Amino acid sequence: MTAFLTPALVTLTLLAGLGYVPDVLAYERLHAFAAHWLGKVALITVIFLSLWSVAHRLRITLYDIGVRADRGVAAAVYSAAGLASIAAAVFLFRV
Amino acid sequence: MAEKVTRRPYVREVPRVLWFLRHPRYVRYMVREVTCLFIGAYTLLMVVGLQRLSEGRASWEAFLEMLRSPWSIAFHALALGFSLYHTVTWFNLTPKALPVQVGESFLPDRVVAGAHYAAWALLSLVLLKLAGAY
Amino acid sequence: MSERLVELEVLRYNPETDSEPHFQHYSVACREEWVVLDALNQVKENIDATLSYRWSCHMAVCGSCGMMINGEPKLACKSFVRDYDGVIRVEPLAHFPIERDLVTVIDDFMAKLTRVKPYLIPKNAKAVEEGEYRQTPEELKRYKQYTLCINCMLCYAACPEYGLIPKFIGPAAISMAHRYNQDSRDGGRAARQEEIAATEGVWECSFTGACSEVCPEHVDPAAALQQVKIASTIDWFKEHLMPWLKK
Repeated sequence: MTAFLTPALVTLTLLAGLGYVPDVLAYERLHAFAAHWLGKVALITVIFLSLWSVAHRLRITLYDIGVRADRGVAAAVYSAAGLASIAAAVFLFRV
Repeated sequence: MAEKVTRRPYVREVPRVLWFLRHPRYVRYMVREVTCLFIGAYTLLMVVGLQRLSEGRASWEAFLEMLRSPWSIAFHALALGFSLYHTVTWFNLTPKALPVQVGESFLPDRVVAGAHYAAWALLSLVLLKLAGAY
Repeated sequence: MSERLVELEVLRYNPETDSEPHFQHYSVACREEWVVLDALNQVKENIDATLSYRWSCHMAVCGSCGMMINGEPKLACKSFVRDYDGVIRVEPLAHFPIERDLVTVIDDFMAKLTRVKPYLIPKNAKAVEEGEYRQTPEELKRYKQYTLCINCMLCYAACPEYGLIPKFIGPAAISMAHRYNQDSRDGGRAARQEEIAATEGVWECSFTGACSEVCPEHVDPAAALQQVKIASTIDWFKEHLMPWLKK
């Protein structure tokens, strides 16, 4: 999923950074999108899946470069992904 | 009387950390894996953005301001490059995991990968259009 | 025919006298069409009879002569000397203990191959009088690619995960399990899952793809392993979310 979505998402914030703020990133539009339950579901899904797949790859890559404590690493990376996802959910709830 | 067999197998150690420097193929593999760090960093940026959004207009405007900084631009350029690399390597590998048998032959890899690229291009263009990027 | 002098650096190891392997240099007059195996045979016949190595068919079907040639896992009978400039470095196949010279200890692979039950476990056993197990050409094609494995173990030498995690069952063994799982006559998938879906089974694979790059028979073990991952995952969900389904 990150293969399908991430480049487009990065492009959006890159454009914003370069001064061409896409409509959806204007406060009113984004707030409206995130306030709607569909918007919340979409955002949390993308964030959760991205964090989870990165956590998994990081676990494997750390093993590849010699960090052998797999159980500890797995606990650490998946917890981090989980915590960040929960944080995102909390922020979304507040919108 | 049989001679005593003397076996003493020798185990060659693999360098634990830098094994991948032994061959370009492994370097490419490591590069592929490491690009995901940027995707992870970007996703965390999204989470931060959500926090700023939830704090109200002023906080969000400050976030947009931060996106305009040179560090942010540089990060985005790298993140875009690496996420594209991730997309390309992923799509090129997908046909291996999803063989589609048609009669006695299989769909060529480029057809399966091509379908992914087409779907991705379409999805990206639609997403960017809906978002008001163009 | 033209001949040229080929320089070989061969890793030697005599368990009775050596504490460590060491390189030995040979200059071999080779004919243009020779492969590295021919050069090694020349060494053994005329230069140094103590050199030990495995070989048999000399035509890339037996899988005996796998070794590292300039750091790449290759079949010695399929490596043409004309493709190499300068010194050719010949070492035993990586990730296996050295028995002697270029001969490796392959017990680990043989044990793993046995563990995956690489034989037909018929879905519906038939007595001989009932006739053959029939199969359409399409059903054959579904697994035929994975039957081409010659057990040369080049994929184990290439696989970085096997190098780091010796318990990993490895590309060839899992591909062999996949070959039988995909066979329409076979009903042994559940029996093989124990080994294949274990941690040292397919889940150690990180899809580096090196195995498929070096396979001399184009078996594409990397593809087999990813397909096994997907099948195992689906199995896991079915088993845990729909336990009423018969395996």
